[in-house]
Amino acid sequence: MNYDRILIRYGEISTKGRNRNKFVDKLRKSVRIALTPFPNIKIEASRDRMYVLLNGENGIEIIKKLKNIFGIQSFSPAIKVEREMESIKEASLTLVKSLYLEGQTFKVTAKRSDKTFDLNTDEINNAIGGHLLTNIAGIKVDVRNPDINLRVEVRKEAVYLSCETIKGAGGLPSESSGKAMLMLSGGIDSPVAGYMAMKRGLEIEAVHFFSPPFTSERAKEKVIDLSKKLAEMAGGSIKLHIVPFTDVQQAIREQVPENYTMTSTRRMMLRITDEIRKKQEGLAIITGESLGQVASQTLESMYAINEVTNTPILRPLISMDKTDIIKIASEIDTLEISNRPYEDCCTIFVPASPKTKPKREKVNQYESYFDFEPLIQEAVQEVETLVIKPDREPHSEFSELF
Amino acid sequence: MIYFDNSATTKPYKEVLNSFLTVSSEYFGNPSSLHSFGGQAEKLLSQAREQSAKLIGVKPNELYFTSGGTESNNLAIKGAALGNRNRGRHLITSSVEHPSVLTAMEQLEQEGFEITRLPVDKAGRVSVEDVKSSIRKDTILVSIMQVNNEVGTIQPIKEIGHMLKSHPSVIFHVDAVQGIGKVHLDIYESRIDLLSISAHKIHGLKGTGALFIREGVRIAPLFSGGNQERKIRSGTENVAGAVAMAKALRMTLDKSAEAMKNMVELKNLLRNKLNEIEEIQINTPIENSAQHILNFSLKGIKSEVFIHALEQKNIFVSTTSACSSKKKAPSNTLLQMGVPEELAESAIRISLSFDNTEEEARKAILEIEKTVKHLGRVMNK
Repeated sequence: MNYDRILIRYGEISTKGRNRNKFVDKLRKSVRIALTPFPNIKIEASRDRMYVLLNGENGIEIIKKLKNIFGIQSFSPAIKVEREMESIKEASLTLVKSLYLEGQTFKVTAKRSDKTFDLNTDEINNAIGGHLLTNIAGIKVDVRNPDINLRVEVRKEAVYLSCETIKGAGGLPSESSGKAMLMLSGGIDSPVAGYMAMKRGLEIEAVHFFSPPFTSERAKEKVIDLSKKLAEMAGGSIKLHIVPFTDVQQAIREQVPENYTMTSTRRMMLRITDEIRKKQEGLAIITGESLGQVASQTLESMYAINEVTNTPILRPLISMDKTDIIKIASEIDTLEISNRPYEDCCTIFVPASPKTKPKREKVNQYESYFDFEPLIQEAVQEVETLVIKPDREPHSEFSELF
Repeated sequence: MIYFDNSATTKPYKEVLNSFLTVSSEYFGNPSSLHSFGGQAEKLLSQAREQSAKLIGVKPNELYFTSGGTESNNLAIKGAALGNRNRGRHLITSSVEHPSVLTAMEQLEQEGFEITRLPVDKAGRVSVEDVKSSIRKDTILVSIMQVNNEVGTIQPIKEIGHMLKSHPSVIFHVDAVQGIGKVHLDIYESRIDLLSISAHKIHGLKGTGALFIREGVRIAPLFSGGNQERKIRSGTENVAGAVAMAKALRMTLDKSAEAMKNMVELKNLLRNKLNEIEEIQINTPIENSAQHILNFSLKGIKSEVFIHALEQKNIFVSTTSACSSKKKAPSNTLLQMGVPEELAESAIRISLSFDNTEEEARKAILEIEKTVKHLGRVMNK
């Protein structure tokens, strides 16, 4: 049996009151972008459902794409039939027959959002169930744990039949919550933070600090590869701002006592990121910090570092354990890239014993002997901004070799 | 020249050789070197890994480059045995495996492991029931080949894999060297933990191959060294070979759908025509056999003599497997299938590639017919 449409359920959007249309439009846009390889499909969106009409396109490939779109609670491949009991029965039979393997059990779950339909749900269940039992030899009913659960949705315009409910990515539609800057180091945590922020509908731009010759081209490539993954999740492209950080980092080394260099470095990074945020008209900064994970992520450190800005700092991983973060990194396919062993701006110049409880007064005092502002402005001006697209054709420079 | 010995090795594709040459001369850096020249080599290596993994349907971090089928089999079997010896010391395999599996097992037997070697039926197939009933509490590895290299029998890999789903602690290794590109195999669906492939059987280069190690499966390395290939296979990576393998794999699979139809026709033609010759007994089973291998025995003619006779007509075939043909022993697989020793000693293997043509097959049939008649007269005098 060929499904002719996929029914998409929104989940949380449905509760968003008057903003709902905006959310639905954003989701529709995400779906349209993700399904550009399938020119014949048609998207129909209403206030509480969306339908992708397949028009002969490859349903299995479309399902793969839909699984990654934020804002979809679940979806079901479905068949549309007329609101007429005989055609419902016949279509049900063909659909179940196409899935049935010997010895399997089934159940019918009817739902009426339109109560004007002649039969009530029990009567629909019985009529279809009976029809299936008499026409498929050996099939049995099991209402608790059926192998096949035939869902029958009676709606005003038609009746929809489906047998599977596939879990979606959840969250809110892409770019429905505004823009924020993601501080992307190359480690395991920051891409996960970016993923979780995007899941809540944030549009993100990544900021990476690059300190040649202390960090290598390969560290930069690593961040570009991570950004490709993020772009894929975002369903389009993503901006990556690469900040030349060598001069600032060297100035810190010269001006600040060793055990405070880490605190000061983070403060400078935050100041620079905040400047870029202003330019790009973002409203928040996202970091991969998890409370107490390393010296810079103690509450005291955050208090000392956060002083330089009052822009909201979002820390999606703040209360997560490392093992759980690693699990997500593996699921979203960034772990492998993050594990590449190159130094990044956070791992070079690590003092032997960084302050785990830095003081605001102290760090302010150390930084007061030198004017960092010109260096910060220079770094912001020299930022290299790349637009990163998902990695469909990897390293095309070598393509003729493969 | 009619080359019908493609299970021994294949002719490398020209494009594959070109890639090897370009990478060897222009990107000869060591992928472990920190400079950007090393970086380029590393990129090439990871792209080779990504492409090869995608083509066989696994994740890139599950594919480890090796020097070929023999190394992959040794690494899989010894690595799994040594890395899991604390869980048990019992290994199961079949009696018709490639020598690199059989002798690796023998070596482990001397080290104190216990080996069960399963028999095969007349068609050369292992029974799933036998595998199932051999499993014990201390079984750590089952190693069964996908396609037999001597007669082409396809083993019930998917069925064994399904059965092993209820034995999650048993590692399942499949030697897929002969099957890749010619016999479809869904690696995840068949619950395979380790899988060996070799590039020179699919028009790549000798000295290159790979081992698939499913995520989460632990095996011990065999080489000590610089911890390349995520510590599983030390030794400076053969970047050019890996790129060449990725290309060979792509070209083979690209051709596969179309070329398989032709191969089926060629095999049927050969089988039907050779079957008509009185002195020939076909050993390759009709069902569940790979399309590129046809094995037959010659009544009353030594296979070595026959090979050389055909060679004079510029037709190249093989006595059983290339790896054991120098030993002058009867075909092990055929003996295990219950073929009488006399016939097992006179076995010939024809193995096809996607590039063989009907014309070649017809000519070979004609020459085989002539040779059989001629030699038969000489030998039976």
